[in-house]
Amino acid sequence: MNYEYRNIFEIPCGKSWEAGEADTPPVALEEFYPAEFVRDDFGPLCDVAEPEVVRHYTRLAAMNFGVDAGFYPLGSCTMKYNPKVNEAAAALPGFAALHPYAAAADAQGALQLMYDLERYLCEICGLEAFTLCPSAGAHGELVGMLMTRAYHRSRGDDGRNVMLIPDSAHGTNPASARMAGFDVVAVASTPQGLLDVGDLKAKLDERLAGMMITNPNTLGLFERDILEIAAAVHGAGGLLYYDGANLNAFVGRARPGDMGFDICHVNLHKTFSTPHGGGGPGSGPVGVADRLVEFLPIPRLVKEGEAYRFESNLPNSIGRIRSFAGNFGVLVRAYAYLRHLGAAGLREVADVAVLNANYLRARVARFLEVAGEALCMHEFVASTAKYGRGSAADVDKALIDAGFHPPTTYFPLVVPEALMIEPTETETRETLDAFAAALERIVADLEGDPHAYAEAPLKAPVRRLDEAGAARKPVLTQMMAQTEGE
Amino acid sequence: MPYVPHDDDTLQAMLAEIGVARLADLFEPVPPELERAAFDLPEPLAEPALARHLAELAARNRVDRLSFLGAGAYEHFIPAAVTHLASQSQLYTAYTPYQPEVSQGTLAVIFEFQTYVAALTGMEIANASMYDGATAAAEAALMCLRLNPGRSRVVVAPNLHPEYRAVVETYLSNIPGVEAATLECCAPYAEGGRVDLNRLTGALGEAACFVMQSPNFFGLVETELAQIAEIVHAEGALLVVAVPEPMSLGALAPPGHFGADVVVGEGQSFGGALSFGGPGVGFFATRQEFLRQMPGRLIGKTTDREGKPGYVLTLQTREQHIRREKATSNICTNHALGATIFTIYLSVVGRTGLVSLARQNVQNCAYAQYRTTELAGYKMVFEEPVFNEFVLRGPKEAEGIRQACLAEGVDPGLPLGRFYPEYDDCLLVTVTETKTRADVDRLCEALALA
Repeated sequence: MNYEYRNIFEIPCGKSWEAGEADTPPVALEEFYPAEFVRDDFGPLCDVAEPEVVRHYTRLAAMNFGVDAGFYPLGSCTMKYNPKVNEAAAALPGFAALHPYAAAADAQGALQLMYDLERYLCEICGLEAFTLCPSAGAHGELVGMLMTRAYHRSRGDDGRNVMLIPDSAHGTNPASARMAGFDVVAVASTPQGLLDVGDLKAKLDERLAGMMITNPNTLGLFERDILEIAAAVHGAGGLLYYDGANLNAFVGRARPGDMGFDICHVNLHKTFSTPHGGGGPGSGPVGVADRLVEFLPIPRLVKEGEAYRFESNLPNSIGRIRSFAGNFGVLVRAYAYLRHLGAAGLREVADVAVLNANYLRARVARFLEVAGEALCMHEFVASTAKYGRGSAADVDKALIDAGFHPPTTYFPLVVPEALMIEPTETETRETLDAFAAALERIVADLEGDPHAYAEAPLKAPVRRLDEAGAARKPVLTQMMAQTEGE
Repeated sequence: MPYVPHDDDTLQAMLAEIGVARLADLFEPVPPELERAAFDLPEPLAEPALARHLAELAARNRVDRLSFLGAGAYEHFIPAAVTHLASQSQLYTAYTPYQPEVSQGTLAVIFEFQTYVAALTGMEIANASMYDGATAAAEAALMCLRLNPGRSRVVVAPNLHPEYRAVVETYLSNIPGVEAATLECCAPYAEGGRVDLNRLTGALGEAACFVMQSPNFFGLVETELAQIAEIVHAEGALLVVAVPEPMSLGALAPPGHFGADVVVGEGQSFGGALSFGGPGVGFFATRQEFLRQMPGRLIGKTTDREGKPGYVLTLQTREQHIRREKATSNICTNHALGATIFTIYLSVVGRTGLVSLARQNVQNCAYAQYRTTELAGYKMVFEEPVFNEFVLRGPKEAEGIRQACLAEGVDPGLPLGRFYPEYDDCLLVTVTETKTRADVDRLCEALALA
C-alpha cells in the first residue's frame, strides 16, 4: 500500500462532527466576555469528516512500528509484550471514569489497588515504603534526589552537594541530580565494563550526598561489587540511589534493598509491562528505606481499619511533585500484571529475560565484538566500530529493511558504535534466531563493503531523513511549515 | 508465566548454545547472598479470575454519581472514534521515535499536536508534551529562571491551581543559585477573585516570572490579562499562563494574544479519561525566541533523500541524553499517548465541534449559576464571568453539604476548604457539556435538601 503522506492540516476541510445542542437556555458569548475575549481565530483547526479522520490515523499507525508488530530490542527500554488484559482493566468504567477528587468513600477500589501495589513493590524491591506519584523514571529520579537533599538537611548536614554517577549512566541521572542542585561527578568504568571501585573510593569525601547506580549497568553487566560499593558510599555518609531501568534482569530473584540501595525507582512501563505509548506515559514509583519514609512526596496512602485515604499533611515531605496522585491508568495495568504473574511468574520474567539476552549474545558474539565478560544479564552491547564511524546507524537502517526495530544505538557512550540489545523474556527462540541471522548477514555485507547500507532503509515508509536540516531550520508547526513554503 | 514462550526443550537447547547447564548458572554474577528464595506476593491469577478480581475492585469505586467535580480534571464526552484510533497498538506499543523511518506515525501525530497546542494557545511553538499541567508550570518557571539569569524569584498567583502552586514550589526548592526562590503570593486576590493588579506591581521585584491561570482556579476568566502582561513585562519579568481547562480555548481568545510568554496546561479534557487523575498530558507553548531553552522533546518537519516530507526528533542537544547535567530538563519519557489522544480528539471534533462544545459548557454553567443561586442560603461568591465552573457559597460548611448531596447520588463539586480555609463554606461547581437541564435541576434538589 502506498499512501499519499500528509498531515491532518493538508487534508481538505469538509463536514463537521456534530456536538448537538444543549437543552439549557442558549447564550451569546458576547454577553459574557469582553469582545476581544471571544475567540474567532482557530488557525489551522478545521473540520474533517470522520471517515477521513479515521483513514488518516489508521494510515499513520501503519507507518509506525510497535511491539505488537515485531521484535523491538531497544536496549534499556524493556520492550516486552503489553498484555491486553491490562488494557481491558484500565478501561473499566470504575477506573477510567473516576474523578481524582472523588470522595475517599467513593474511591475505595482505586485506593485499595494503589495501596496493595505499593506493598507488592516494597516486597519486590526490599524497601520500606513506596510512592506511586512519579510520572516516569526521570521524574522518580528527581524525587529521589530531592529526598536525598531533604535527608541530609534534616540532619543538619547541609554541605553534602556531590552526586556520584558512573560514566555509563543514563543521561537522566546527571540531569535529575542537577535539577535538585547537586554537582555531578562522574565515576569511571573498568575495561571490563564494571564500576571502577578504586575510582569511586578516591572520590568519597565529606561533600558526598549520594550515588546513582543502574544495576545491571547499561552494558548489561551486574555490578558484582555492589555490596562493597554500598558499604563505601554509606561509610562516607552518602545515600545510594537505584535507577530501576534494568530491574527486569533480576526481578523476582533479588532486591535492590538487599543490595544496600536506600532509594529506588521502578519503571512500570518497562519491568511491569505497561505500554510505552509512543514515548509515554510511563510511571516511576519510588521506594525508600526506613530512614527516608518521612520525606516521600504527598499525597501518601494510608489505611485505617478497612478504609483507605490520601494523607497530605506530612511536614517533612519534599512536597507535591505533580497534580493528583500518579498515572493511575498505568498503575492499574501494572497491578493486573503483578496479580497475573505472582512470585513464580516474576522470577520467570528475570530467568527468561537473561536467558534470551545471553542466547542472543552468544549468537552475535560469533561475528561482532561484544562488551563485557562471558555472561550478560538482560541486555548486552555489541560494537560495529571496526566498520567505521556511522556503521552502527547503517546497521540500524539495514535492520529496518529486515523487518526489525533497531536496538538502542550510540549508547552507552563508553562503547564506540554501540548497539545495545535487549530482547526481553517475551520473544521466541525463532525470533531471536531470525534477528541474529539478519544481523550476521548485514555484518557480512559490511565486511565486503563498509558502505553497503549507506542507502538503507529502502522498504520503510520514508527514506533516511535530513536531521541536520531539521535542526538548522526548525519547522515545528504547520504554521511554520506554511511560512517556510511561501 | 503466560507471556514466556519457551517450552522446556527449547529452554535446554538455548542453555546449551550459551554453554551453561542450568538457568541458575546465568546468575553467577549475582552474589549468592543476594538471591532471595521466596517472595511474599499473592498467588498468580489466570486471566478469567484476574478479570473478575479487577471488575470487583473497579465496582468498589462509585462512578454512578451525578458529578459536578472539575478543578483541573474534567468530564467531557469522548467520541468513539477517538478511543478507537488511539488504541491502535502500532501507536501505543511503540516507544520514543528515535528511529524516524519506522516512527512516522508517532512523529506526524506529535507534529500535529505541537501545531494544535501552538494554535490554540496563540503561541509560536509547542513541545511534544510534559507529564501534566502542574509539572509543565514548574518547567515553565525553570525556563524563565534560565532566561532571566540574575533573577532569583518566581511569583505565583494565589488563584493558580493549589496543586500546581505546590509543584512549582517543590521543583524550585533546590535550584542552584536560586536559594531565595521565594514563592510569594501577590497578596490575596482582588475582591473579584482575580489577580489584583494593584498588588501585582509591588510583588514582582527581581522576579523571573509571574505564574497565573485562566480561567483561574475559581473558574473566573482573567479578562485583564493584557494589563497583567504589561505590568509583568514592565518589571522585567516573563508571564506564564496555565490553562488546566483547554476546552475554554474553544470559546475564549488565547493567552498568547494578550502577551503571555509561556502558556502551559493540562490536555486531559481533549479525549482523555479522568482515570483518577492520570495519565493526562501536559502541554507547553512559548515564543520562538525561547526555543533553545525549552524543556522536552520537539518534532520537526524535514525531507528524506527523495525530497519527500517526513518528521524527526529535533534540537535534541537541549536534552538529557545528549547534554546530561547541562540539559534544559531531565524529562525523557513524556506523555506521548496523551498527546496522541488530544490530537485525534481535535481532529475528530474539528473547529465547529470544539466551538459548539465550548459554548455548551458556558451555557450549561450559566444555567447552573442561575438556578443554584435561586436556592435559599446559596449565593455566588464572585460576579466576574466564568467558563464552566464557579464558586458557590452554601448555608453551612461545604463538606457537610457534599456529604448530604452524596447521599442523594449527587456529587455537587469540590469543597474549597481543603485549599482555601477562608472558603470552607464554598463549593467549586463544574458544569460541562455532559450535563443537561434535568441534571442541574437534580443538583439543585440535592443542594436544597442539604
